[in-house]
Amino acid sequence: MTRELAISVTGLTKIFGDRKVVDGFDMEVAKGTIYGFLGPNGSGKTTTIRMMCGLLTPDGGEGQCLGLDIIRDSREIKKRVGYMTQKFSLYEDLTIAENLDFVARMFGMKNRKAIVAEAVRDLGLEGRAGQLAGTLSGGWKQRLALAACMIHNPDLLLLDEPTAGVDPKARRDFWDEIRRLAAKGVTVLVSTHYMDEAVQCDHIAYIAYGKKLIDGAANAIPGQIGLSTFVVTGPELTALEDRLEAEGAAGQVIRFGAELHVSGTDRAALVALAERERARGSHEWTEKRAGLEEAFIYLMAGAKDNFGAEVAG
Amino acid sequence: MRRKRALFSFARFLGVLVKEFIQMKRDRVTFGMMIGIPVMQLLLFGYAIDTDPHNLPTLIEVADESPVVRSLTAAMDTSDYFDFIGIVTSEAEGVEALKDGMASVILTVPPAFERDMIRGLVPEILLTVDASDPVAASGAIGAMSGVVETAMAQSLTGALSGSASTDAPFDLIVHRAFNAEQETSTNIVPGLLAIILSMTMILITAVAIVRESEKGTMESLIATPVLASEVMLGKILPYVFVGYVQTFVFLLAARALFDVPFSGSFLAFFAGFNLYIVVNLAIGFLVSTLARTQMQAMQLSFFTILPTVLLSGFMFPFAAMPGWAQALGTAIPATHFLRLVRKVMLKGAGLPEVAGNMGAIAVILLIVVVVALRRYRQTLD
Repeated sequence: MTRELAISVTGLTKIFGDRKVVDGFDMEVAKGTIYGFLGPNGSGKTTTIRMMCGLLTPDGGEGQCLGLDIIRDSREIKKRVGYMTQKFSLYEDLTIAENLDFVARMFGMKNRKAIVAEAVRDLGLEGRAGQLAGTLSGGWKQRLALAACMIHNPDLLLLDEPTAGVDPKARRDFWDEIRRLAAKGVTVLVSTHYMDEAVQCDHIAYIAYGKKLIDGAANAIPGQIGLSTFVVTGPELTALEDRLEAEGAAGQVIRFGAELHVSGTDRAALVALAERERARGSHEWTEKRAGLEEAFIYLMAGAKDNFGAEVAG
Repeated sequence: MRRKRALFSFARFLGVLVKEFIQMKRDRVTFGMMIGIPVMQLLLFGYAIDTDPHNLPTLIEVADESPVVRSLTAAMDTSDYFDFIGIVTSEAEGVEALKDGMASVILTVPPAFERDMIRGLVPEILLTVDASDPVAASGAIGAMSGVVETAMAQSLTGALSGSASTDAPFDLIVHRAFNAEQETSTNIVPGLLAIILSMTMILITAVAIVRESEKGTMESLIATPVLASEVMLGKILPYVFVGYVQTFVFLLAARALFDVPFSGSFLAFFAGFNLYIVVNLAIGFLVSTLARTQMQAMQLSFFTILPTVLLSGFMFPFAAMPGWAQALGTAIPATHFLRLVRKVMLKGAGLPEVAGNMGAIAVILLIVVVVALRRYRQTLD
């Protein structure tokens, strides 16, 4: 890949107490792409993002972000990065316009009035600029937060679970906005739990227990693992699920609504299993392309839990 | 870590300042508290804490119904320090009354008191004072000598005039005496200013700063290029303004309600007062770096307020405290400000006289600021 890199880090490590929350993380993000972080709660996504924008000092590793050294030039990086935190972190007792104005001041923007007015207009909140931010609904808060971290036209946008707790319509609108920004050349690093969001990313890294398990283009990841999947439909799926798991012949059995997804890396074994089950005649077995979700559950099951259940974000 | 030095930006500092003022304006309850506290405390302390108490319930145990004794009790009654509530016939009865708080003072006059006095035998009368409230007791004891003089001047005429020339016709024995510095409301009120400023400045600053981290806004704030010094100044200055308003309200009320004089140099007061406000805000900032939640900030603030009240010389005379307590008290800015205010307001001092107190506050300020800035995290580590 000869495209210009927005981020390139190697061996990024962060230790809290005696736990390696992020362990030897390597990442390359091309300019203008959307890079998704996936992983369970406490897998180190937030910590990695915080290290990228200078909020945390890495305990190990090195790299550059927007051509600047992530350790030495963190203050310069801050000027060119927009960071949207997981929790709504604007002032609830300030109005929409006051919040935007404050952020604009923090970045030393000239011509603040016009910039704020434009941001309010882009949000479609002209009539409500004087409304307190705390009284906005979840979806609006999140759009305001995005507008606030875009106010200084950053080159890199770091979004930490931006759509948590937001309704599907607002989520879709939000992603439309993200793609518009990426098209303009803004690099976006976004962490999420949602598979439907993950597939919108150009590139995905799956993180668990502080380690990157895999990364690649969204549609290539199941192929990288070499996962085959059969979809099973029919009556009494729960009983079938229990039986398949007890037999242990199938690699991974997951319930998706009215379907069972049986996946494994050994395709021949799966085909044999499907043949045998089809012979019983009770259920329908159809092979399909393994999706991201099966792939990540598969990865999770194989990942070594190196610090138990209680993990810092 | 090698980091590039960054220059202080006035624009960013101004941004924090403006934001802080808007938030202060929106938070009506806190704002009302900041103005209400000085007035409320002044009324409570000024009126409720009377260290020169009057009308102490008094019992007499008199075995001698002579004119001298009558004029003595009459003088006590009119002094309005004592309020006669009855007569006891035995010592045991008196002790019982003291024990359950019915009476605070018991006057015991022995039999044949006047006769012994005329004979020049210097008889003794006993004043038993409930010293469980030492300040109240000392007030009563202090008042008694004046009372005795008045009574003697009135009664030692005519047949007894011969005894008037002798120094002490009888002995006044005081049971359970306690010596405390004579505090009056004029003395309490200036000291109260030190306490109130300390209380509100530390608490409000600490809470205002911790609120940023508790609500998650600090994370966004330090993701911007803003510097620690810009945040610190921008957040603190609005509360300096609050301190000005508080002091103004306080002085006005002290003047109107308690007629407290202001005899010294206003410049000396102003200089000391500014320094004192800044040191308290810095302590508030330091508290905020230790606390994670607003609740913790509140608790820590109260933790600093207690020694301020107890060890600064506000509540108890500084000279009467043991050495270690005085050492602790010296480290408290209120101790020095309290002396400064009393000197200026009551004793008419000017700048040269309070320079030492200001120097002491400045040293404390320097230490607090250094520690606070070191503790303030520019990152989330």
